[in-house]
Amino acid sequence: MTTATEAPERVGPPSKAARPHPIRDTLIRRSGIGILTLILVSILVFAATQILPGNAANAVLLNTATPARLHALEAQLHLNRPAVEQYWTWLIGIFHGNFGTSLANGASVGSLVGGRILNSAVLVVLAGVIGTVLGVGLGVLAAARRDSLLDHVLSVGALAITALPEFVVAVILVIFFAAVVWHLFPAVSVFAPGSAPWSNPAELVLPVATLVIVIVPYVFRMMRASMIDSLESDYVQMAQLKGVPRWRILFLHALPNAIAPTIQVIGLTFLYLAGGVVVVEYMFNYPGLGQALVAAVSDRDIPQIQCIVLVLAAFYVAVNILTDVISLAVSPRRRLPRS
Amino acid sequence: MAPGFRGRRPEAFAVLGRAVRTPRGATGLAIAGCVVLVAAIGPVLAPYSSTAFVTEPFARASGTALLGGDTLGRDVLSRTLDGGWELLLMAAVATALGVAAGALCGVVAAYSGGWTDSVIMRSVDVILAFPQLVFALLLVSILGPKIWLIVLAVAISHAPQVARVTRAAALDISERDFVKAMQILGIPGRRIIRRDVLPNLTSVLMVEIGLRLTYSMLVIAGLSFLGFGLQPPAASWGLMINENRVGLIANPWGVLMPAILIALFTIGTNTFTDAVARASLGVGRRSTEPDPLAELALEGATS
Repeated sequence: MTTATEAPERVGPPSKAARPHPIRDTLIRRSGIGILTLILVSILVFAATQILPGNAANAVLLNTATPARLHALEAQLHLNRPAVEQYWTWLIGIFHGNFGTSLANGASVGSLVGGRILNSAVLVVLAGVIGTVLGVGLGVLAAARRDSLLDHVLSVGALAITALPEFVVAVILVIFFAAVVWHLFPAVSVFAPGSAPWSNPAELVLPVATLVIVIVPYVFRMMRASMIDSLESDYVQMAQLKGVPRWRILFLHALPNAIAPTIQVIGLTFLYLAGGVVVVEYMFNYPGLGQALVAAVSDRDIPQIQCIVLVLAAFYVAVNILTDVISLAVSPRRRLPRS
Repeated sequence: MAPGFRGRRPEAFAVLGRAVRTPRGATGLAIAGCVVLVAAIGPVLAPYSSTAFVTEPFARASGTALLGGDTLGRDVLSRTLDGGWELLLMAAVATALGVAAGALCGVVAAYSGGWTDSVIMRSVDVILAFPQLVFALLLVSILGPKIWLIVLAVAISHAPQVARVTRAAALDISERDFVKAMQILGIPGRRIIRRDVLPNLTSVLMVEIGLRLTYSMLVIAGLSFLGFGLQPPAASWGLMINENRVGLIANPWGVLMPAILIALFTIGTNTFTDAVARASLGVGRRSTEPDPLAELALEGATS
């Protein structure tokens, strides 16, 4: 979707390069826009948490604000200097890997957040991969048996589940699999902060399952639609007339052409996961970025909030670029230079 | 989008009417309507005050408390009946503000083109780089969980997506001959936008309103679940799920009732929106069978 809306407006002067290379050009152009977006995001995040509220130090200390403490904290946050200088110090610090110190416990934000990135990444990648495979598989199945009972059940089910909030799905899963009906999996994660998330797979089951259930309908609906579209095309009919076996038609003729539009949706689901992990991690007490963000917002731990929001925004931008490049790479028609 | 002519207001009603007559649309509207009804007249019907201590914490359902007690021994039924209207009101206001702002930006960007277009659409990209919930959390972290702030944050996070969809649709209309003709006649741009471009966008905007209402509910209830909505001891569906999940085994109703109502509302609005989108594409007229090409267009519009 991003490319679709962006491409036409980017007319510009014709490229002077002898041989246009759409994938490389897209990568460069999108990365440029991405970096610009990230800089603007960083300004917005900085401005929001440092300039707008009158004074962040006041907000942090609340009713414990004595003039002396206020002064000390202002100095620590560099609030007594001009805004542009503050922003510059902060930005340079980030490039040196220094995200500041947590106001809640005085530890380095970089190390607090760093360990959690891996935990969240495990959740996002597992849910994203399982959700994609399941969504694509069910989509192909429904399209192959179009208008059957199975197709109708899947389609209506997808429409209903699409609209469910993560915490409702999570609560339902907990009721069935952790607390009331069966006691198969733990309802909260209890693994130690230092240990790897895969060291206790049982604790990953419910958080991952929640995210998978929320994203599958999107992938499914898109896959089913584009698969039906490509099953009705001339080349598939041609293959049928030639007597190509059904499975070959499905997987070698129709699927490769149907996957391109779905890639945009898969990209979108990964983008969604960046926000979705917040609620799911909080619900299952999973020690990831999202849970840290909720805690930081409660504590008004500004350096940590800035860091986590920037990480999530960077992920967002990176996935957007990746989605565009991959969908370009898998659709031969769009790879050809325009005009 | 249907071919555009002036004075399309009846067309918008026709699309709604067509959507309501499909089984999908009727079901969606009925489900969402029931939840709105519960939330609206609930506070009047509640047997107890939502903050009164009626029974034991997590007491099982009984004659005094039909759905048992919550984490502090308050009546789950009363809190459920009382905890919806503010959530729905917030979602409705956030949706209205977000769609209005987004549509305005999108139409202005499409119609003006050039520099204005670039500035608006780049700003849109910046806000789009935040997941909706994270954007709201960022604002809440500065000013605290204020109701108006949450509504505003959700509205701002809706605007970019609405702006993109509206811009695409408005670009299509701005290129039509009747708009060109009016520009040649020297009719001011503002008037062309108001009288000729906007009325042709009603179908697109109706679908957007439905989608954004669903998302508003998801984000606002999500924030409320995380503890950044109505503050205790007030009753709110999202908050109730969080408060009562510790006692899930003793009295599941405290979690189930609000979860079911939130789910029913979002399923209802989403199903109805789906029906409206199909009707506006002219798919609903033939049958309830989904058309693959329309589905592709729908996915494009919804994502």
